[in-house]
Amino acid sequence: MPDHKINPNKWIDLYSDYLFNYTITRVNDREIAQDLVQETFFAGLKSMKNFKGEASERTWLISILKRKIIDHYRKINSNKGKAEVRINYNDAESEGDWLEERVSDPFDKTAEDTLQNNELGDAIYNCLGKLPEKQAEVFKMKTILNYETEVICNELNITASNLWVIIHRARTAMADCLKTNWF
Amino acid sequence: MGKIKFIIPCDEANHVCDKTQYKDATLWEKVKLNIHLIYCRACREYTKNNSKLTKTIKKADVECLSTSTKADMKKEFEKVLNEVSN
Repeated sequence: MPDHKINPNKWIDLYSDYLFNYTITRVNDREIAQDLVQETFFAGLKSMKNFKGEASERTWLISILKRKIIDHYRKINSNKGKAEVRINYNDAESEGDWLEERVSDPFDKTAEDTLQNNELGDAIYNCLGKLPEKQAEVFKMKTILNYETEVICNELNITASNLWVIIHRARTAMADCLKTNWF
Repeated sequence: MGKIKFIIPCDEANHVCDKTQYKDATLWEKVKLNIHLIYCRACREYTKNNSKLTKTIKKADVECLSTSTKADMKKEFEKVLNEVSN
């Protein structure tokens, strides 16, 4: 018995931000990430009949996206030469400086930090997924995109006091949801 | 002397606290919030969690699509959706 149903009409509202965040932490380029997410939705549409309902829609879409990301890296690596690291020195003066340049940058994020941030980002999106759609939308616009209150009110056709009530509910729920594991 | 209101109820305190998270609160509002926090344990707790939430989200550096990008995406998606369902 399939437990999960598929309804592509809601995909972009429900999953695009989650997929986008997932992608951008792995490819580090907004435009490429957007394209990969869009391609994932298209691929999902085309293989909808293969959806068996064993996993949730979101999990299913992520599995498609993972393949897209791997394909992306495969493609850029097969463009020979581009993936190579090249160090060219054109003048004699800088020639001897290469050793210092290889010393790791202490201000750079370590792999561990990045990994933890990915997990934290996933946790935040899991909690966002539990909010009512409207709350999640307003919360993302205000907190992640940092839009001005006025802009959001115009866009969504709500009053400022509406907005703050929604934000308050969303923040309370988010704090509750993240408290168990991350605070 | 005109009456100046120093004391605010909890719901207003929470509202100011929410605004503070987005740097939308005025100085006077923040003063009133802090006076409230001196004697109100429940709001202290809310403020603590609220600031933690702000810090956590900042630390996680999460991203999402801009509203216009999402709208464009929807348009493209609907085209393909119609093709598939026909």
